[in-house]
Amino acid sequence: MLSKKQARAFFLGGTLVTFLIFIGLTVYSLSAAQDQSHKENITESVARGKDLWESNNCMGCHTIMGEGAYYAPELTKVIDRRGEGYIKAVLMSPISWQPNKRKMVAYNMSEEEALDMVEYFKWINNIDLNGFEKVVSPLAKDKNNN
Amino acid sequence: MKYRSQKVAYWFFALSMLLLTLQLVYGFIMGFAHAGMDGLHDFIPFNTARAVHTNLLVVWLLSGFMGAAYYIIPEEAQNELVSVKLAYVQLISLALVGVAAIVGYHLNYWEGRKFLEIPRPLDYLVVVNVLLFLGLILVTLFKGKRKTTTALVLTMGLLFAALLYLPGMIHFDSQVLDSFFRWWVVHLWVEGVWELIMGGILSFLLIKLTGVDREVIEKWLYVIVGLTFLSGILGTGHHYYYIGVNKIWLIVGGIFSALEPLAFLAMALFAVNMYRKGEKKHPNKIALYWTIGSAIVSFVGAGLLGFAHTLPQTNIFTHGTTVTAMHGHLAFWGAYAMIVFAIISYSLPNMTGRKFYDSSRGRMAYWLANIGMIGMTVSFGVAGVAQVYLERIMKVDFMKVQLEIQIHYFVLIIMATLFSTGITLFIIEFIKHGQPTDEALEAN
Repeated sequence: MLSKKQARAFFLGGTLVTFLIFIGLTVYSLSAAQDQSHKENITESVARGKDLWESNNCMGCHTIMGEGAYYAPELTKVIDRRGEGYIKAVLMSPISWQPNKRKMVAYNMSEEEALDMVEYFKWINNIDLNGFEKVVSPLAKDKNNN
Repeated sequence: MKYRSQKVAYWFFALSMLLLTLQLVYGFIMGFAHAGMDGLHDFIPFNTARAVHTNLLVVWLLSGFMGAAYYIIPEEAQNELVSVKLAYVQLISLALVGVAAIVGYHLNYWEGRKFLEIPRPLDYLVVVNVLLFLGLILVTLFKGKRKTTTALVLTMGLLFAALLYLPGMIHFDSQVLDSFFRWWVVHLWVEGVWELIMGGILSFLLIKLTGVDREVIEKWLYVIVGLTFLSGILGTGHHYYYIGVNKIWLIVGGIFSALEPLAFLAMALFAVNMYRKGEKKHPNKIALYWTIGSAIVSFVGAGLLGFAHTLPQTNIFTHGTTVTAMHGHLAFWGAYAMIVFAIISYSLPNMTGRKFYDSSRGRMAYWLANIGMIGMTVSFGVAGVAQVYLERIMKVDFMKVQLEIQIHYFVLIIMATLFSTGITLFIIEFIKHGQPTDEALEAN
């Protein structure tokens, strides 16, 4: 029968081993050779776009790469789906955008800010998501094929 | 209650109940918005309501865990808390940081990272607050007469939770790296170290409520937290399938997250077996309900419903849909909310001297809250499955799908009303107990 000492060894040993494997896998998957995000394309404009994405809590309604709040459309492939002009119009609108009566906050962004957001979406658009990019936005995929 | 300083726990529990009430209000705002009634949009847009709803959850649970630690550690260590005054300072500062964050969310002041919306300047205050808390707990523990496994596991969980907050404070220009390290906080909290906290509280309650020998309970506690880390650490990979990192996580995350239900199954079997082995003499039946209920519902919510969409083949369709909300609600309720309710139900009569051990209001609170939450989970699940099918398979536009599944949010609101009635009854029971008193100390 298992003793308390053995149970403790199982806990401490198991934790240590799995933690070390986890760190090893993290180092491996974040190494330059394994990069799937094209990080060399993260320009200052893309970084500013990401800051705008965060400071306005866009993820509080939308999802990106499947992460967010499921209240507003998934935006991973929004560049393919809607195009630059539409995105800029929504972000620069001084009044609330209301597709199908669901309201978006009126961000009234400047041209420069809207461009930074577009650059951010363009960078996201090209990330290799292990196949999810084809499922998450079938409309974008169809549009590309047509 | 054996030590005078344990009374401080009451005020942490009171703060928990206050924040939980607010969390429910914001949940209703979100539910109505999904159902097409977003009249509050100009004052509380959806992203504000969501940030408040999820952050209040985190803060009220943390406040509950801290209260649990302030109650459990002196009794386990057989030593008064080293400074009650500093514990009150920590309570007030926790409440102030929480209020500042929530007010900020209404003024577009946040970080916009799911679950970690607290802006960085406030993060530093959170760190100071948690360090103060940990200092008080650790000094009390190490000055104490004994160091039990229960106290060590609980403290280890709280310490790791504090350490894991740090990766979430690093700034990245890459959305991929940002998500990657955000999950170090969120996943390794809720599917890792928080389970240590839950295990520690569960172990304390089972020792007190069943009368089973401490050595037996604590031995199985080690096995359970061992299983938790063995599966949960590498199970983090299930968040890395589709966020732009290597495919290796599809295999590692798939295998280890499929093992995660085992830890919850072990916890449920452990709680039920200890109850069956026990003397069944403890009069506090309500506390026993919440304790055993927590172990069982967490297995269903976190274990089974988590497994339902954790394999990469399924998750490629369900990732980023309401299916996640289905799993999230029952998992948080079973594993963490119910264990906080359990320690409150156990400790409140001991701190106040009012022995409402088996009142009909207490039983109603238990059943209404649980039936309501199961109903909410089913509503989210039906809406989620319909969303997956229509949007991801049939390629229907997002907003058109939202209109199709709107009806399920009306059902959700009805079920949430049932749930909230249960919570209201629990809070009434909390208030009826009155405040803690030193007379209760003598009575024990």
